[in-house]
Amino acid sequence: MYRILKKRSLNPTVTEMWIEAPLVARKAKAGQFIILRVDGDGERIPLTVAETRPEDGAVRIIFQIVGATTFKLNEKHEGEYLADFAGPLGEATKLDGLHKVIVAGGGVGSAIALPVARALKEAGAEVVSVIGFRSKDLLILEDEFRAVSDRLIITTDDGSYGLHGNVTAPIKELLEKETFDRIITIGPLIMMKFVVAAAKPFGVPVTVSMNPVMIDGTGMCGGCRLTLHEEDGPVVRFACVDGPDFDGYKVDFDEAMSRNRMYMPFERRAYEETCNLFRKEA
Amino acid sequence: MAIDPKKHEMPVQEPSVRAHNFSEVALGYSEETARAEAARCLNCKNRPCVEGCPVNIRIPDFIALVKTGDFEGAYDVITEASSLPAICGRVCPQETQCESKCTLGIRFEPVGIGRLERYVADRHNEQAAEKKTPAEPNGHKVAVIGSGPSGLTCAGALAKKGYKVTVFEALHKAGGVLVYGIPEFRLPKAIVAKEIEGLQELGVTIATNVIIGRTLTVDELFEEEGFEAVFIGSGAGLPSFMHIPGESLKGVYSANEFLTRSNLMKAYEDLPDTPIMKGGKVVVVGGGNVAMDAARTALRLGAEKVAIVYRRSMEELPARREEVEHAEEEGIEFDLLMNPVEILGYQDPEDPRNEKNGFVTAIRCIRMELGEPDERGRRRPVEIPGSEFTMEADTVIMAIGTTPNPLIRNTTEGIVFNRRGGIETDEWGRSSRPGVFAGGDAVTGAATVISAMGAGKKAAEAIDRYLMGEDIE
Repeated sequence: MYRILKKRSLNPTVTEMWIEAPLVARKAKAGQFIILRVDGDGERIPLTVAETRPEDGAVRIIFQIVGATTFKLNEKHEGEYLADFAGPLGEATKLDGLHKVIVAGGGVGSAIALPVARALKEAGAEVVSVIGFRSKDLLILEDEFRAVSDRLIITTDDGSYGLHGNVTAPIKELLEKETFDRIITIGPLIMMKFVVAAAKPFGVPVTVSMNPVMIDGTGMCGGCRLTLHEEDGPVVRFACVDGPDFDGYKVDFDEAMSRNRMYMPFERRAYEETCNLFRKEA
Repeated sequence: MAIDPKKHEMPVQEPSVRAHNFSEVALGYSEETARAEAARCLNCKNRPCVEGCPVNIRIPDFIALVKTGDFEGAYDVITEASSLPAICGRVCPQETQCESKCTLGIRFEPVGIGRLERYVADRHNEQAAEKKTPAEPNGHKVAVIGSGPSGLTCAGALAKKGYKVTVFEALHKAGGVLVYGIPEFRLPKAIVAKEIEGLQELGVTIATNVIIGRTLTVDELFEEEGFEAVFIGSGAGLPSFMHIPGESLKGVYSANEFLTRSNLMKAYEDLPDTPIMKGGKVVVVGGGNVAMDAARTALRLGAEKVAIVYRRSMEELPARREEVEHAEEEGIEFDLLMNPVEILGYQDPEDPRNEKNGFVTAIRCIRMELGEPDERGRRRPVEIPGSEFTMEADTVIMAIGTTPNPLIRNTTEGIVFNRRGGIETDEWGRSSRPGVFAGGDAVTGAATVISAMGAGKKAAEAIDRYLMGEDIE
């Protein structure tokens, strides 16, 4: 059992928790994820590690309430326990040799981009963070991003804060004026796809962080597979052991988006049923 | 008294009933049937069955005790060699092992050795056995990676000698393939749970949610956690795919994923937390036990039709014979001598946002014929040009094997791996790195529960001698 040390709401649909998991806290690096189960019959869901405090044995997770499991997770309070919390899984984001980087986060993906930006900053790189949200009230982690970025650009789809629009326009503008070693982008698949498209004319390498459906997270089930288009043809890779980071130019985003929607009707129903259940209990 | 030419039949749930439930198919012998079956054993001199058993159980001796009604005595004989008899009695391919060598089998059906083993083990387990007491500690610590058949066996054997054993399991539940892979209707989970409880009574610690290679490395087990030897029984790992077009469509599963969703995550329940595709037409590709398990699971989840597509003929089908028979009785279709070439999916020409887009609709196969034998003596399947045809399908399950998990390989120095990614060991399970031992699928690639168990047992012996400073030979 893994104790919830701290819980805080970042916006109406995004929650932060610090979980007591000393072994994970000691090991996790930027870009790695954990798999948790809320309770004994629960589903296994992957969440990326947002921060660790090894000295306290604490791991920070930030999640959006999108389905039944994240809803149940959000119903847990400080001092309560999660049934399972395993990790760190996946390969850490490769930061070696990077001197000037754009870190692009979208929505709750910004929570995953934050540790990457922080690690880059600590390694002495120049970090330009571009984070996008639908509107001002969904904005998260602004101060923390500012603290680890040389420059911070915020966009909102509705123009209620920062630049009006999504992250691709400011990224293009940056690339037109300056040279970057790499873009590291984390967010909805569609956003990462557009970041890749925006970067392509400039030839700057793009790392994308994939978040497919997973069960074990250790390379056993193959549910998280995705296709990379290599020069000599398509290859299958597993996000849990080969990723979650991949070369954005090679990832088949359309396939990944389609696969992520496999259980959508089920998830909608499960979400509604769970909400109803909690409403009745309340 | 003339010998009954046939084995005593195993009572089973009716096929039409069991096709809709997850309860165990085979119900087990009664005492009377067990003793009568034991009486068929000729107690022949050369005891070929013992050679046929991967762990060399003294089979005629335990059968003789069953015949006289000394079931506990029989249990003791079996457990000299096997630590998981209730499991092996159910999942061993006896027809290619002990029973294939049975002298009686030359003229008649062999003795039902597996059924007798199961009877003895179940009878023992049903009795309110005393709690096992831990052995006198010998002060040495051993780590076991993976809680599948090889790891559990190795842990049990070492605990009985007084070692302080910790089993590290990556998943939230112990048992490895016995819980995520083999379905309830073939191996009830209560039996696996009982074996694990028994180990805990012996003082074994089971640490779930620890992924060796990630949470802790093999080096840390030695240097920081104080373990003096490590046994790696991490299992088979990454599922293989055919690399044909359409394999990433929605509705295509690896057998590992499909079975894990159903077995471990209980997706068969009415309101599960973990989803699985149920119903419709299901095609399972492959001919091993895993393919049979996936096909029969799909049927029980409510499929209207389940077909097994296998590229060789029934004769070469590697699954355990009893499972094939049970599958046939349940109405699973066997489409033999054919091989998939493409999986087809739905795409709405008008509406790119149609929710049905990207789901499997059919699988295209080509017919095969058997050509010359390959290096293992199995006749190689050859495509018949121009024989392609299309079968409707809503779900396709790939059960064509696995390749070893890369986690330990990528994070551990000093261990030599073979070309296929398995750990190189000698016959005692010793890897190239002193103090590191291995066994089961992590060494051999996908194999049987009993061979993994045998490897775990042998490695336990080797670990004991290594830590006691004794010579192995």
